[in-house]
Amino acid sequence: MSAPDAASLFRRDAPPFRAPWEAQAFALTVALHDKGLLTWAEWAEALGAEIKAAQARDPASCDDGSDYYLRWLAATETLIARKGIASEAALAARKAAWERATEATPHGQEIVLANDPLGGAG
Amino acid sequence: MSHLSDVELRVRALESVLVEKGYVEPATIDAIVQTYESEIGPKNGAAVVARSWLDPQFAAWLKRDATAAIASLGFSGRGGEHMVACFNTPEEHNLVVCTLCSCYPWPVLGLPPTWYKSPPYRSRAVMDPRGVLAEFGVALPAETRIRIWDSTSEMRYLVIPMRPAGTEGWSEAELAAIVTRDSMIGTAVVTAEAVRA
Repeated sequence: MSAPDAASLFRRDAPPFRAPWEAQAFALTVALHDKGLLTWAEWAEALGAEIKAAQARDPASCDDGSDYYLRWLAATETLIARKGIASEAALAARKAAWERATEATPHGQEIVLANDPLGGAG
Repeated sequence: MSHLSDVELRVRALESVLVEKGYVEPATIDAIVQTYESEIGPKNGAAVVARSWLDPQFAAWLKRDATAAIASLGFSGRGGEHMVACFNTPEEHNLVVCTLCSCYPWPVLGLPPTWYKSPPYRSRAVMDPRGVLAEFGVALPAETRIRIWDSTSEMRYLVIPMRPAGTEGWSEAELAAIVTRDSMIGTAVVTAEAVRA
């Protein structure tokens, strides 16, 4: 056995999730699968398409696998819009509501949607 | 004022909309995270490998119907619905990849390592498997064939590494302890030194 190349991309490793949002995004997709709202075949197709599109935009973009859960999240958003579960517009409106709620929440306090000065709906 | 990144806002938006519509429950999300962060991992696969090394009948079952044999040890479910066990031999070494995305046998290996999801691994494992193995520090004899298994959402693969010399008389638990995650993907071989050195 030769000594492993320390500089190799393949030696880099990391815990399964590098940030809480990655775990949340992962779990949301698994929960949708468990509810029968998506199949793994559909999922693999959607995730594969997102990865391919990202690489087409920037061939080196995901070389170290670090933006993998960004692709994962995008695939979930695309798939649920396609299935009529939640539209792109609905998600965008809700994101804006969370952003307003975040800005209205004093540092250190829990951020909840009810803090949105415009009412949180969206 | 608090701050959330753009992607954090997107995840919050997605989760709150799905919860509101009744598609998911927050407790379910927490339970799934907990399961994949700490309960499911390569230890499961190592138990399968160790059993197959000690029990020829189990090994035969694993060859014939990996899904059922693996389920008999309590490992089944999401991502493990259709399993194939690929036995390494002196003539043939097995290497698993997912060229499309990142399909991986979750029930036996947990979630994939970062490199498994990286484009260089996904493309080079097919084009230059020997080069990839060299980067992992694995040099196979020239006469050993390398067989590539491309995972799909339908079919997931578990490599059964060869039992190393010097492990005669070891218990199942001792054997399981030397079986690494990478050896069950095919990017490592198992050695007896790992534990007893």
